[in-house]
Amino acid sequence: MRDVAVVGFAQRQMKEMDGSPTCVELLVPIFAELFEQTGWTKSDIDFWCSGSSDYLAGRSFSFVSAVDAIGALPPVMESHVEMDAAWALYEAWVKIQTGEVDTALVYGFGKASAGLLRKTMSLQLDPYTVQPLWADAVSLAGLQAREGLDRGVWDEKAMAEVVARSMTDAAGNEWAIRRGTISLDDVLAQPMYADPLRRWDCAPVSDGAAAIVIAAGDKAREARANPAWITGFEHRIEPIALNARDLTVSTSTAASGRAAGVEGVDLAELHAPFSHQELILRDALGLGGDVSINPSGGALTANPLFTAGLNRIGEAASRVWDGTSGKALAHATSGPALQHNLVCTMEGR
Amino acid sequence: MKVEFDYTRSLGPVLSRFMSALAQQQVLGGRLADGTVVVPPPEYDPVTHEAVTDLVPVSWAGVVQSWTWVPEPFAGQPLDRPFAFAHVLLDGADAPLLHAVAVESPADISTGMRVQVRWADELTGSIRDIACFEPAGDAPASVSVSVESGEPEVTGIVSPVHLEYVYAASPEESKFFRGLADGKLFGQRCPVCQKVYVPPRGACPVDGVPTTDEVELPDRGTVTTFCIVNVPFQGQKIEPPYVSAYVLLDGADIAFLHLILDVDAADVRMGMRVEAVWKPREEWTTDLNNIRYFRPTGEPDADYETYKQHL
Repeated sequence: MRDVAVVGFAQRQMKEMDGSPTCVELLVPIFAELFEQTGWTKSDIDFWCSGSSDYLAGRSFSFVSAVDAIGALPPVMESHVEMDAAWALYEAWVKIQTGEVDTALVYGFGKASAGLLRKTMSLQLDPYTVQPLWADAVSLAGLQAREGLDRGVWDEKAMAEVVARSMTDAAGNEWAIRRGTISLDDVLAQPMYADPLRRWDCAPVSDGAAAIVIAAGDKAREARANPAWITGFEHRIEPIALNARDLTVSTSTAASGRAAGVEGVDLAELHAPFSHQELILRDALGLGGDVSINPSGGALTANPLFTAGLNRIGEAASRVWDGTSGKALAHATSGPALQHNLVCTMEGR
Repeated sequence: MKVEFDYTRSLGPVLSRFMSALAQQQVLGGRLADGTVVVPPPEYDPVTHEAVTDLVPVSWAGVVQSWTWVPEPFAGQPLDRPFAFAHVLLDGADAPLLHAVAVESPADISTGMRVQVRWADELTGSIRDIACFEPAGDAPASVSVSVESGEPEVTGIVSPVHLEYVYAASPEESKFFRGLADGKLFGQRCPVCQKVYVPPRGACPVDGVPTTDEVELPDRGTVTTFCIVNVPFQGQKIEPPYVSAYVLLDGADIAFLHLILDVDAADVRMGMRVEAVWKPREEWTTDLNNIRYFRPTGEPDADYETYKQHL
């Protein structure tokens, strides 16, 4: 295996972007910021890969428009996934492992506020017996939360603790949409929204874009003095049928974690768009009380679709760069109710 | 902006039997290798990966296993007032079915509550033949009529999809569209390569930098390439044959697509000089259709050298 490290990260997150769903106007300054961080220009990037979806943009081939932000003349080597850009990063990492390229810039973008997100998300469900019901994303999370509550796997207080800690931690994150010092009682005083979920249990609809630069070996050391070296990168998926799995656990996260290696992790950025999902993920990864969880505030405080997972990797890498973490774990999720999960571990050397 | 499309989906042997049974007010589950019965029936056993062939009737009454409240239903969902989505374990099944439960408030539903199917008025062979579930008494409901044997009748479903988007224009696009309302054409120049893009696109696709300098362009230019439309299609507004062409406005570096009319299609050619024919001023809006079409100016053709870079 080649040694590959995260060497650059830039993000924009907002409640509602005043701009076109191609997000070119977000990506141009993000790329500029990455060139500033690495000291590189676009000719130093061997491979470009993005994560986005036309269902958010409401137009076809929106990712092709986004290529304008690169400046693709002369032509560049480029790929795209209709998933969170964390999976685009995985593709880029594999590409580097093949030896074909040494550097990659991976970006994700989405303007979720353009449509009704919880409705749009139901188009990813089984198209024969579930999608025709328009079972929305919040409802599926609610079913999952209720199951854990009824069976005593977690309780309301544990969910509220996740919310309070996330919003309090997000106070220091300039890109968080929902933030402020919040107590457990403040959370429990909120009315139910989609019973058993309060609004704060659900990530806010968010717009945004983000990008990460990864590089192999000496190229990584050239871009940054203290790169965040990737020590494990794995993803696993479960069946789409919601009744074919136990929703109160995440076997795919557990399997990804085992394969990536979670030993020695002191910090974790978990992509949990609903409070109870963080509880499932912590349990699946076996993270103890000594592991710092979501110091950025996590996806509960800003969850731009197609970048929120990539942001977890960027946030975790940033903590390795500044020495806060010796070994960090980042997680991304995709599909309904934690169907598909990715784990990336990084360390400073 | 509305995006609408109907997905027409064919059904395999398992779902075809499941949907055909629904049309006869019967619910079928699939028996897996381990003996459990799953509703809706999966096409393949998730453990052995064998095709599921044993479909058995289950009751259309059962128990709420998990539920969530839907405070703000949207068009298309099973009920148009607040309701619950629930996992319902039908009597005779081992895995729950996801569907709506019609109750007035979250206080009227609980895990363990017995519910039964309310059938749709019209049965077409889709999961929506179950209109929703509703609270039932403690007595087990009678299992419905037996399914007529023979070939399944339902071999496909149609899933209508309607999505609505608020399409915001980028700042550059806004300037362009506002200009159109005043009869002006605004492009933007790349500060690096000096190329002028119209309509403006926010970033130079060559240099990847914002196109910041505004340029007003004339409403005349040169045909760089064109095609004669001979094929009729749904929604066509002009009778064929007619010409769609790339028009390179004078001073621009990228051509855009528009119509060439007021000329015999056979006479349109590369290099032809054309000018915009605008709608009457009182009809102008923030829309490129303010220009109805382009027509020949009668000037001599542009020299090939002047537009060969733009083909």
